Amino acid sequence: MVMNEDFRLKTGLAEMLKGGVIMDVTNVEQAQIAEKAGACAVMALERVPSDIRKEGGVARMAQIRIIREIMDTVSIPVMAKARIGHFTEARVLEALEVDYIDESEVLTPADEEHHIDKKAFKVPFVCGARNLGEALRRIAEGAAMIRTKGEAGSGNIVEAVRHIRTIVKEMKQLTVLGKEELVHEAKKLQSPLELVEWVAEHGKLPVPNFSAGGIATPADAALVMQLGAEAVFVGSGIFKSSDPEARAKAIVKAATYYRDPVKLLEASEELGEAMPGLEISKLAESELMQTRGW
Amino acid sequence: MAKKKVGVLALQGDFEAHRKALERAGAEPVEVRTQADLDSVDGLIIPGGESTSMLKLLHIENLFEPLRQFAGQKPVFGTCAGAILLAREVSNPAQESLGLMDIAVERNAYGRQLDSRIVKLDGDVEAVFIRAPIIRSAGPDVKVLASYNGTPVWAEQGRHMVATFHPELTADNRVHEAFLRKI
Repeated sequence: MVMNEDFRLKTGLAEMLKGGVIMDVTNVEQAQIAEKAGACAVMALERVPSDIRKEGGVARMAQIRIIREIMDTVSIPVMAKARIGHFTEARVLEALEVDYIDESEVLTPADEEHHIDKKAFKVPFVCGARNLGEALRRIAEGAAMIRTKGEAGSGNIVEAVRHIRTIVKEMKQLTVLGKEELVHEAKKLQSPLELVEWVAEHGKLPVPNFSAGGIATPADAALVMQLGAEAVFVGSGIFKSSDPEARAKAIVKAATYYRDPVKLLEASEELGEAMPGLEISKLAESELMQTRGW
Repeated sequence: MAKKKVGVLALQGDFEAHRKALERAGAEPVEVRTQADLDSVDGLIIPGGESTSMLKLLHIENLFEPLRQFAGQKPVFGTCAGAILLAREVSNPAQESLGLMDIAVERNAYGRQLDSRIVKLDGDVEAVFIRAPIIRSAGPDVKVLASYNGTPVWAEQGRHMVATFHPELTADNRVHEAFLRKI
């Protein structure tokens, strides 16, 4: 695992976001609410995942004007999403000087075989993963942060739980294997042996490991963090709820006090209605976002 | 000799990296999230992260005043966002701070993430700057320990210390050791 200067700076910013909440926002007003509530970063996008799901059509990188307005307004890091494989959208976002790019399955993929060569960029990338193999492939391409995919816009935590549990379990299993077994595992995981060996030695990913996809309540945030996530992304969960300010603040508190039931109780009181949730098993295979990415 | 018990404010940010750096430097780290945690330690590190998130959580949990009182007795060391919280005055934008050291700090003063950098300071200290602040002025009681591009990046005043960079993200323990000598 080569930790050159560029990569240390990329993972370094991710280190600074740990224990925090990264909130999806679609305009300046939402970005200000997020910052005021204690978000450690915002993700600028055109529509939150639940609206993308409802309205359909092709989901692309957000309008530059909106991202720029958000960057000019808040003092916390601003991330933006590019479509999977769309390296020119990513180049545009890099030229705009966003702080992080999410190569995201929430947008409509631009390439059904290749992800972006993220090592070729100076701006850091975060990518989604459902299992260890996917996480290590993204890291091999240059991702400096991994997040679970979950099922975006569903308000249902079940997929994010499945993904973080899978990644953590697969990492634990590697730590007890011998050298020759790791060679075989690398083949099964379809990931570089060098990264598989690194995980086997350290029992964790070589980059920060966050969670996203379906987090709607303070308890949801605390759940994925107790399962091993180091910070959370909240998409539709905040601005599709009945009282975004209160919910944003409550999830920020939950990400800090995720092991403290009394504090979680305080965070869970007087929140109003959560976003409506979707039963994942009722969704058609073609409606799933998490299966995008290869 | 018993190990020094040093708190790391664990509301948000890279507190885990500081915990490991303290272990490497021979101290016993304690994650601090409550007043009771604070009461149990002999010194405190405020880590890197987002100063606005930390401020918000300090107020939600009524830790702002207890922290100032703690600093009246015991040493506090702030890195990056932590340095912003220790300052007397903060700009870009203006925000509240603990006022523990007579420095004026400008947030995100080098620019955005693309302007983050790793440099060598005098004495071969490696400094990792990530969306770092710049100390624009320092009062007469502030002792500058290292500078970069003509502005202080590592400084102390009495029992307190700040670094605008991240010594916790390097394998070099010297900055943490300098803080431990104050405890």
